[in-house]
Amino acid sequence: MRRDAQAVILLLVGGGMLRLAWTGDYLNYVKPYAFWLIVPAGVILVAVAAITGLSAWQARRESDDGHGHGEPRVAWLLLAPVVGMLLVAPDALGSYEAERTGTVVGAEENRSSYPELPDDVDPVPITLLDYAARAIFDEGQTLEGHRIQLRGFILYEGDEPQLARMVVACCAADARPVKIGFEGDLPANLEPDQWVEVVGEYTPRQGRDEINGELVPYIEVESVTPIPTPDNEYQ
Amino acid sequence: MPHNGSVSAELAKTEHTSESPAETSVTPAPPKRRGLTSIEALALLLIFGLTARPGLTDLFAAPALQAWSARFVAVCVQAFPFLVLGVVLSAAISAFVPAGFFHRVVPKRSVLAVPVAGVAGAVLPGCECASVPVAGALVRRGVAPAAAFTFMLASPAINPIVVVSTFVAFPGNPEMVVARVGASLAAAIAIGWLWVRLGKTEWLNLPKHHHHDGGKWAAFWSSIRHDFLHAGGYLVIGAAIAASLNTLVPETWLQPIADNPVLGVLALAVLAVLVSICSESDAFVAASLTQFSPTAKLAFMVVGPFIDVKLAAMQAGTFGRRFALRFGPTAFVAAVLAAVLMGALLL
Repeated sequence: MRRDAQAVILLLVGGGMLRLAWTGDYLNYVKPYAFWLIVPAGVILVAVAAITGLSAWQARRESDDGHGHGEPRVAWLLLAPVVGMLLVAPDALGSYEAERTGTVVGAEENRSSYPELPDDVDPVPITLLDYAARAIFDEGQTLEGHRIQLRGFILYEGDEPQLARMVVACCAADARPVKIGFEGDLPANLEPDQWVEVVGEYTPRQGRDEINGELVPYIEVESVTPIPTPDNEYQ
Repeated sequence: MPHNGSVSAELAKTEHTSESPAETSVTPAPPKRRGLTSIEALALLLIFGLTARPGLTDLFAAPALQAWSARFVAVCVQAFPFLVLGVVLSAAISAFVPAGFFHRVVPKRSVLAVPVAGVAGAVLPGCECASVPVAGALVRRGVAPAAAFTFMLASPAINPIVVVSTFVAFPGNPEMVVARVGASLAAAIAIGWLWVRLGKTEWLNLPKHHHHDGGKWAAFWSSIRHDFLHAGGYLVIGAAIAASLNTLVPETWLQPIADNPVLGVLALAVLAVLVSICSESDAFVAASLTQFSPTAKLAFMVVGPFIDVKLAAMQAGTFGRRFALRFGPTAFVAAVLAAVLMGALLL
């Protein structure tokens, strides 16, 4: 591979990463803190691209042909993530994945305390993972007497709609869903992947995830309102 | 569309640099010109990619492919910054550290150098993508390979970031942190000593670095460029395999295995190899695999930073295929044994 081609590939990889950071699309793939990793790395790659391009251009002027000497052919593969980042730009993982992966609450099992929810907020917004952990491992003690607000997307387990959110530890490759069932009446025709805001109350009803047999807590629904997809779909 | 603009700007630049000087420089030496040069091939590929974009988007609209490409891009975007950190460090070692430095600092006898290198691994705050190029630079700088490999294995498993994330992932379970650090360090040192006894230098095939007359800085930048393109290409292979396995292997297969203690440990060890999660966050994934025994989770966290599909590809790229074929299985066995022993002692 010639050195000017290498410069272009470095520019595309670095530029692709900077573009993800600029548009905010990086949140579809990694955690928010990764912004501070992606930006410096992208800047370094663009700088290396510029220096490589400059030296290739100078080498030409000195009528060197600018060929790399047996340079890595495997570098061509770096075009694949460039195509992924710039052209395909896949969406965040959603109901398709969540329907095929078991719910994830087990990781919260060892939590030592479940602080009281605030009394002066109504309804109390909490995360799905927090709700599930309080419902399963604390028998919902801290949830009772509060109206709860949850935000997530719709998925179907068989015919039954559920509320879900993807939990990401490092990057989207390890995304696993946390799922919550609905008790009570729901608006008709909820589409999979539709984001909703659910207000309701704790119910002791629990089910089992069909895939990994983990407990799925339920919420007694008061209202379900469609909302726009949030910037960070993971949690 | 905003990105079309940015890409075509890059494209225009590509065509510019390739066209005009090519006439002046290549014509005097016609035998060198066989078929497409890489810069022209690249320009053609980019034009193709842009014109075929609507088709590409349709093709990747299928949910399984969307999920696959999201995972693939995610692994790359998460790993590239650490790879950049690793190649910058390794370039700095190659360009600025005097050749005699490591001879003075690292003990002369490999048997002593190995544990020193293992403990020194704690200072590189990155994940395994960073440690492979750094180990390559250390070997090139004259550090005994055994010590460099111990460093490469130990550093992603015992550095402060990993220790903290393990602590957070297993709240109220500090013995898991102790077990992880202990098992990883023990296995890394064992492999270093094994290399001292059995390792052969001819298995190593380090890519040559060219000496540049442009001085240290030219060597520094050139080393970053070369190492990133090289290791990055292999990282892409690993990311594609990991994304495929995550998307294709149904989780239900794991359920019956989890109930058997021996199979459980082996299953999570194999899973660690296949899914290729960064060592900084594998603790969170291990913690979520609640069906499995603590020893199985420990095996997952000890094996992952030692060997996985992404690392195997990168090691093959950095040290050669003959090395990777021997090193990978050995690292796997040592990691599983260390995890089982430590699990029996502590968990």
